[in-house]
Amino acid sequence: MLRIQSLTKTYKTGDKALVDVSFDLPKGQVVGLIGPSGAGKSTLIRCINRLVEPTSGKVLLNDLDVTSLGTGELRRARRRIGMIFQEYALVERLTVMENVLSGRLGYVPFWRSFTRRFPPADIARAFRLLDRVGLSAHVDKRADALSGGQRQRVGIARALEQEPELLLIDEPTASLDPKTSRQIMRLIVEICREDGLPAIINIHDVVLAQQFADRIIGLQAGRVVFDGAPADLTEEALTRIYGAEDWTAMRKGAAEDAEAETEARAHSEKLLGAL
Amino acid sequence: MTAYPTRWTRPPQLVKSRWWRIILAIGAIVYLVLAVGSVDVNWTRIADGWERGMRFVGGFLQPDFTTRWKDISTGLLESLTMTFTSTVVGILISVPIGVGAARNVAPRWIYAICRSIIAASRALQEIIVAIFFVALFGFGAFAGFLTLTFATIGFIAKLLAEDIEDIDESQAEAIRATGASWLQLIHYAVQPQVMPRLIGLSLYRFDINFRESAVIGIVGAGGIGGTLNTALNRYEYDSAGAILLIIIAIVMVAEYASGHLRRLLK
Amino acid sequence: MSDAQIWRHRTPKTQLALWVFWILLVALFVWCWNTMTARTMWLFVYDAPNAAADLIGRALPPRWSYMEKLWVPLWDTINIATLGTLLGIVLAVPLAFMAAHNTTPSRLVLRPFALFCIVASRSINSLIWALLLVSILGPGLLAGILAIAFRSVGFIGKLLYEAIEETDQTQIEAITATGASRAQILNYGIVPQVLPSFYGISVFRWDINIRESAILGLVGAGGIGAQLQASLNVLAWPQVMLIILVILATVVVSEWVSAKVRHAII
Repeated sequence: MLRIQSLTKTYKTGDKALVDVSFDLPKGQVVGLIGPSGAGKSTLIRCINRLVEPTSGKVLLNDLDVTSLGTGELRRARRRIGMIFQEYALVERLTVMENVLSGRLGYVPFWRSFTRRFPPADIARAFRLLDRVGLSAHVDKRADALSGGQRQRVGIARALEQEPELLLIDEPTASLDPKTSRQIMRLIVEICREDGLPAIINIHDVVLAQQFADRIIGLQAGRVVFDGAPADLTEEALTRIYGAEDWTAMRKGAAEDAEAETEARAHSEKLLGAL
Repeated sequence: MTAYPTRWTRPPQLVKSRWWRIILAIGAIVYLVLAVGSVDVNWTRIADGWERGMRFVGGFLQPDFTTRWKDISTGLLESLTMTFTSTVVGILISVPIGVGAARNVAPRWIYAICRSIIAASRALQEIIVAIFFVALFGFGAFAGFLTLTFATIGFIAKLLAEDIEDIDESQAEAIRATGASWLQLIHYAVQPQVMPRLIGLSLYRFDINFRESAVIGIVGAGGIGGTLNTALNRYEYDSAGAILLIIIAIVMVAEYASGHLRRLLK
Repeated sequence: MSDAQIWRHRTPKTQLALWVFWILLVALFVWCWNTMTARTMWLFVYDAPNAAADLIGRALPPRWSYMEKLWVPLWDTINIATLGTLLGIVLAVPLAFMAAHNTTPSRLVLRPFALFCIVASRSINSLIWALLLVSILGPGLLAGILAIAFRSVGFIGKLLYEAIEETDQTQIEAITATGASRAQILNYGIVPQVLPSFYGISVFRWDINIRESAILGLVGAGGIGAQLQASLNVLAWPQVMLIILVILATVVVSEWVSAKVRHAII
């Protein structure tokens, strides 16, 4: 389904965020991606839909080489990959419905999205998804009127509205309280099970990862240092991922995280730049 | 399996009532038709103007600084000196007025007087004030100086008063508790809090005053505006282009310099 | 007792620098003042209080019956401001998107061009624009509308492009990740974020434009300023007084309307 081959990302500053990362993701598998902050989790996820441009290596989505696509083809590939963000990243001043429908942007021509006249099937799907995530009462509310947990549910509905073949999920619970975190994780995993959707969940909470994921991949300084079943995540494996007291690496990691973010932003700016 | 709706329209964001939306839309269209209809365009005059417009663009691209340089430099010097003196005097006058217009430090009757001075200065456009000062003091830079000073008072005093009203009351409280007099209160509790912004505002006002000094010359209050007016009346577009370019350049320099200074003083 | 501590507010060096600064400032002021007043007729200045009393005496009471001739110019003034603002918006929006560093189509050509247009428009007061346009197009409403529009472009363009640059990038990233085209990213990611500031800026500019359009007639660009000019030319002070009162009332009303509208939108 998704095959990642020796993916490497070196930032302009020379920092290596990803070094020779390879793994396969079969259909229906939920992978928890863990590691100290800045181990390259964020970069890895963004390299898959090329919000961050990888330096070398390949990303194959059903034998389609995502890394070699041109602009138009990349858009068609992106619409098959749903993404859920840490800070929800909803368009705050649009209604909940518009946010969910924005998942169809890759499918509809500009005039339809501009006049908000989406095809009936898309609208029915959006209503169904909002019902599924428990927000049917909030369809016409503006996104900034919702609570954190509700916003993340909208984020989930938006990603699913794309009818994705793959979900990329970046720290879905980082801005939520523990109880809501659990609810959101459970919802995501349930949906993945129902639809047989593969997902990569980038998560810092090891306990949540062990509880909900089928498989755990541990990243440390851009390298895969663990890949196995949640049950195999022993004390020793955790030390390998997080280091006993390797604080210096963590601090450097935080800087890298910031870099991933700025590069992703610069990238989207560049995209807009060609407007 | 429930059937989900297949239609959705965005709920109106600003005006909720359907009738009001229709009334507003019709009103806007009627107004636009009437307003556009009231503009009678003299096409032959515009056709004539086209050639002159092109000459102006030409003058702008090939400005002539030399022919009228004497007039330009006099006007420019007048504008700059006028700007500087009026900004300084304006600030000197607006500081006591600004303090007087702050509700938390001034008695009620002083507050009322200072606020009405500010309101008068802000409501009257510079040009109208300039017309009056020219009528009273004769043509020339002095009338311009008075106009800009008057306008500066309204601007600086209002913002200063708002700043003083926003100061941290606990600091004023602490100074009052030491048994300080009113002047000492202003000096120790108010001044340190509003000084940085006052400097910023003064630089900003200098900027505005220069721009305005280029305008009030049109009604005879001295400065580069008068020179520009003469050049345009004589259809000397190359000199006019030169003057406009100088104004743009000075405004850009002043804006850049004052932005830089403000950052430096922070 | 030689090592008794002497407390100084400032170090001697900064103290000296401050003194030098103040002396230079005063010297500059004196020089500017002398240059500026070199051509001032002091006789007029000394006589100004009498002249002022005389002028006010002649201007009061305002000639109320003249009002019937002011309704049409007043309507024109409002039209100049409104149509000028609308035209200004139409011109400013594309310029703002060209000037904002995150939406500009080309960093090397279009962005500097857009920034220059914005600065040039901002540096030149609407009255100067009117002077220019009247000289090219001939007197009338059209010149006034264009003058207001050209001045508004810089104001709206600058504030709008700053708003575009301040948009939240994560929202844009999320829209990009859905596979949206560039136009769709603009429509869904950026426009909703800048729309509130856009409305606020436009209404604010309309309010300023009402003030400015009231005086454009002085240089022949239509509106109530033309009546002012005509009355001034024949020294009909009671009429001048009435016109100024009407302008003041309009300004107050427009300020109230714009405050209401902005409050309703935000």
